[in-house]
Amino acid sequence: MFDVAIRKKLGDFSLDVRFASEAPVTALFGPSGSGKTSVANAISGLLQPDAGKIEVGGTLLFDSARAANIPIHRRKMRVVFQESRLFPHLTVKQNLLYGRWLAGKRNGQDVIEVMRMLGLESLLSRRPRTLSGGERQRVAIGRALLADPAALLLDEPLASLDKARKQEIFPYLEKLVAAAKVPILYISHLPEETERLAQTVVTLDQGRVKSVGSKIG
Amino acid sequence: MDWLHFSPDEWDAIRLSLRVATVGTLVSIPLGVFIAYALARWRFPGKFLIDGLVHLPLVLPPVVTGYILLLLVGRKGPIGAFLDQHFGIVFSFRWTGAALAAGVMGFPLLVRAIRLSFEAADRRLEDAARTLGANSIVTFLTVILPLALPGILAGAVLAFAKALGEFGATITFVSNIPGETRTLPTAIYTYTQVPGGDFQAAQLAAVAVILSLLALLVSEFLSRRISARIGG
Repeated sequence: MFDVAIRKKLGDFSLDVRFASEAPVTALFGPSGSGKTSVANAISGLLQPDAGKIEVGGTLLFDSARAANIPIHRRKMRVVFQESRLFPHLTVKQNLLYGRWLAGKRNGQDVIEVMRMLGLESLLSRRPRTLSGGERQRVAIGRALLADPAALLLDEPLASLDKARKQEIFPYLEKLVAAAKVPILYISHLPEETERLAQTVVTLDQGRVKSVGSKIG
Repeated sequence: MDWLHFSPDEWDAIRLSLRVATVGTLVSIPLGVFIAYALARWRFPGKFLIDGLVHLPLVLPPVVTGYILLLLVGRKGPIGAFLDQHFGIVFSFRWTGAALAAGVMGFPLLVRAIRLSFEAADRRLEDAARTLGANSIVTFLTVILPLALPGILAGAVLAFAKALGEFGATITFVSNIPGETRTLPTAIYTYTQVPGGDFQAAQLAAVAVILSLLALLVSEFLSRRISARIGG
């Protein structure tokens, strides 16, 4: 599902990461500053590696040897960011359908199902600034899920929430993981949620892969 | 005293001023947005030159700006002659020339305000749009531009107010022709120069004050509505 081998120099920090995972849900685990988000950004295209190769679900996204580099907007790597990054000038509904509209997909039964699964039906006409942190993150998850994803990259989706909010969102993540038909990369620095959601855990430390296995190494 | 009684000449000046300021501002907005974006986001050779050129009307004596317009865009000027021959567009001694002068004088204010809002924009939202499938043009149209709307509006109102009050460049470039290029400020000036014109001058000055205040009120109202929506 994820086949990543990249090198990138970022100031004093150097990233040299190599892993392959066939699990439906792969976790990137490690302390902050270990390079997790940089790896996710390389996969989504927001960060261009100095060298290497990235394949997701059998599709080549980046290969420095062949000068291949699919533009961000064509990769279909849908990201749920830590700070949700909802569009403040759009309603919840417009946010949810933004990527879908760009992908040229019609709004079918699955839109209603995702809204129901994430409990968003009553929020559709609201603006992001009127939502709680947990609600925002649910909308961000829905927005990624509805955008016809080739893969989902969840970049610490719970990290900006307090404990009660985390417990509120976690069941939605479990439902998402169960329902998603695309590879998921789950990024976290918290061991419990990582091992509960992912079948394969890639542990990073200081820009290197420390271990790959079914448990945190 | 009948304050609301304006002579046809006075009405002409008021109408003309509104038309000149409105057209001058509206036409300069697309170019203003483009230049503000280029200055805020792009690196290119000669950037400081463009930046300086845009701001020149702010620091030059308006008469000089008007004179430069006359040299370049006047009937015999290189740009003016070209536009006249190929498109039949004439600026000199027409109201369109007054609108051009007004637009040029307001342009620095317009670009400054828009540029600030582009620079203050949250780039992370643009990244989010890219990952959701938006190419750079779609990102600009659906995320960057709507979020810069308060800045564009603020700049447009400033430019409009500046255009309403523009005097030096206008009178130098297109003169002071009743019904064609005699805007509010030039009309006020003219009335102060004729014996017994004090009353009309004061009347038109009051109109200028009211129009400027209205412009400020409208901009305040609109920008509040927009920020309430965006959550600024």
